Amino acid sequence: MIRDSKWESRISNPFDRVLKHEGVQMIPDTKKPWGGRIHTVTIGATQDEGGTRSSTVTIGGSATLPYLNFEGACGKPALAMEVWDVYPQDWPDLLKEPFGDAMQDPARWAKACCDMGADLICLRLAGCHPDRANRSAAEAAETVKQVLKAVSLPLIIWGSGNAEKDNDIFPAVAEAAAGENCLIGTITEGNYKTLTAVCTAYKHKLIAESPCDVNIAKQVNILAQDMGFSVENIVIYPTTAALGYGLEYIYSVMERARLAGLKGDRMLGQPILCDIGAEAWGVKEARVSEAEIPEWGDQSRRAPLWEAATASVYLVCGSDLVILRHPGALQAVKKTVAELAGASVAPATA
Amino acid sequence: MGIILIGERINGSFKDVGKAIQEKNKSVILDWVAKQTAAGADYLDVNMGAASRSTDDFAWLVRTVAEATMLPLSIDCNRLDMFSTGLKAHRETVGERPVLINSTTAEDSKLIPLLELAAEYKASIIGVVMDERGSPQDVDRRLELGGKIFAAALEAGLSTEQIFLDPIVMPVKFMQDQAKYVLDAVQQMTMLSDPPPHISVGLSNVASKTEQRKLINRTYMVMAMAMGLDAAILNVCDEEMMQAIATAEILLGQEIYSDAYLKAYRQRASSTSA
Repeated sequence: MIRDSKWESRISNPFDRVLKHEGVQMIPDTKKPWGGRIHTVTIGATQDEGGTRSSTVTIGGSATLPYLNFEGACGKPALAMEVWDVYPQDWPDLLKEPFGDAMQDPARWAKACCDMGADLICLRLAGCHPDRANRSAAEAAETVKQVLKAVSLPLIIWGSGNAEKDNDIFPAVAEAAAGENCLIGTITEGNYKTLTAVCTAYKHKLIAESPCDVNIAKQVNILAQDMGFSVENIVIYPTTAALGYGLEYIYSVMERARLAGLKGDRMLGQPILCDIGAEAWGVKEARVSEAEIPEWGDQSRRAPLWEAATASVYLVCGSDLVILRHPGALQAVKKTVAELAGASVAPATA
Repeated sequence: MGIILIGERINGSFKDVGKAIQEKNKSVILDWVAKQTAAGADYLDVNMGAASRSTDDFAWLVRTVAEATMLPLSIDCNRLDMFSTGLKAHRETVGERPVLINSTTAEDSKLIPLLELAAEYKASIIGVVMDERGSPQDVDRRLELGGKIFAAALEAGLSTEQIFLDPIVMPVKFMQDQAKYVLDAVQQMTMLSDPPPHISVGLSNVASKTEQRKLINRTYMVMAMAMGLDAAILNVCDEEMMQAIATAEILLGQEIYSDAYLKAYRQRASSTSA
């Protein structure tokens, strides 16, 4: 018979109670702790740290799978709300209503998100895209300054999506936000040098994007590190798909990346970002009105729910940072996170 | 995760290191600490070879290496008093940092006191599967002695992850049939328990006195990894060896593939030294 102490578990195991209750432990505890831990990434800088934010947001730090808090530390996800540098013409009315004409001004829009309870603001420079307003680097930098002045939350800055144009605007944008420790994206396998260099120079954090592919997610991180950028300052974005539109593929990729990260693979040990709003509001389940498809019910409830449901799925597979558009979705996701974090997942054995 | 690589180079049997030990010349030793750390070693083996038989010299060598690195040491000798001196010097220098005893055999007269020492110093230990009858010539005897060491180590209070079994690699030039037996033994040792103990080899013995040492070493290394080997004492400064190991880890699914996986493997090394 093997004595208790020899098999003492490192992490508390709900089944221990059963076994110990019997006075002897028949089954050796062969549970192995994870070898790694997800890096923490802090976004924003307070006055003491050389910035002007009132507080910072730290994501990551998970030492086990999401919400298994009985087993180890679980990072608390942060919820960002999205703001554009130009008026988002093509957004559905439902998304415009909560903000009203504040959407005409990124600073006021950001302020509104702040009041709605966002943890961070994600400023998307969509207006710099040549197919939209083709705004200049100087204009983009000015918008960044205005938003930083208007709100004291940490900032995510997202490019226009046009690689060539983004390389043109990122140096000015990163300089305008110098000292504020922003999270800026994205770098990809084919386009990473400019943004990695300016984030190194102005000490910002990076979003590394990969097209639903764990091998490329790793590759982009290696490329950034090869330029001298620390992988501990990267957040990975494995792309996002809306509920009903390939979400399960992203889920699998995120799951693989997270398992590798927890096992100690530094090149996949990053917090994960999901761009929820942009995807969820692009699908017909969110955009079609009740008049068009009556059996789908009230769009004003359905659409934010679609966004929140999409976010919830990614949260349970390890997302550390989600970007949302609708205040209703923000509240719903907050509630989900609180419930997941507070839930007891251990079976009731006592 | 990945394979545990024990850098073999700080060994008095190498001329430069032997001379450095006799002359108490730290710079040669520190040079090998830096080189092996940069190359990706997980442990640094410390062995005096024939350079000296003095415990004071060994304490000096252990201290010199321990204070120069964050990596755990593998205290490599074959006398009990030498092990005590080495472990004591190690603890005095760096406190309770992980450390490996390299190695015991299955002989009770050696196994029992060394396991006591391992428990006292919270050290891991390599158990080489030989006893008073010498080295085993087949698979079964290797497993029998491996099982004996494993059970005794658990009984002494060590955890599975502190136990390394060494199935004894033989020179292919002189005992060609043993190469295959060792591979079979590695595979069967992975079934001793779940999770299994670590399985480690002193790799370079396989290529002893051959003309294709590097090729034989790295070929045998990847074959053994495929069988479940997860540790080895070897020359970590052999770049082709390290690339073969990185590739084997990818092919065995132990690491996630990326186009720059060799670069990532090298950077793994630079991150531990930072």
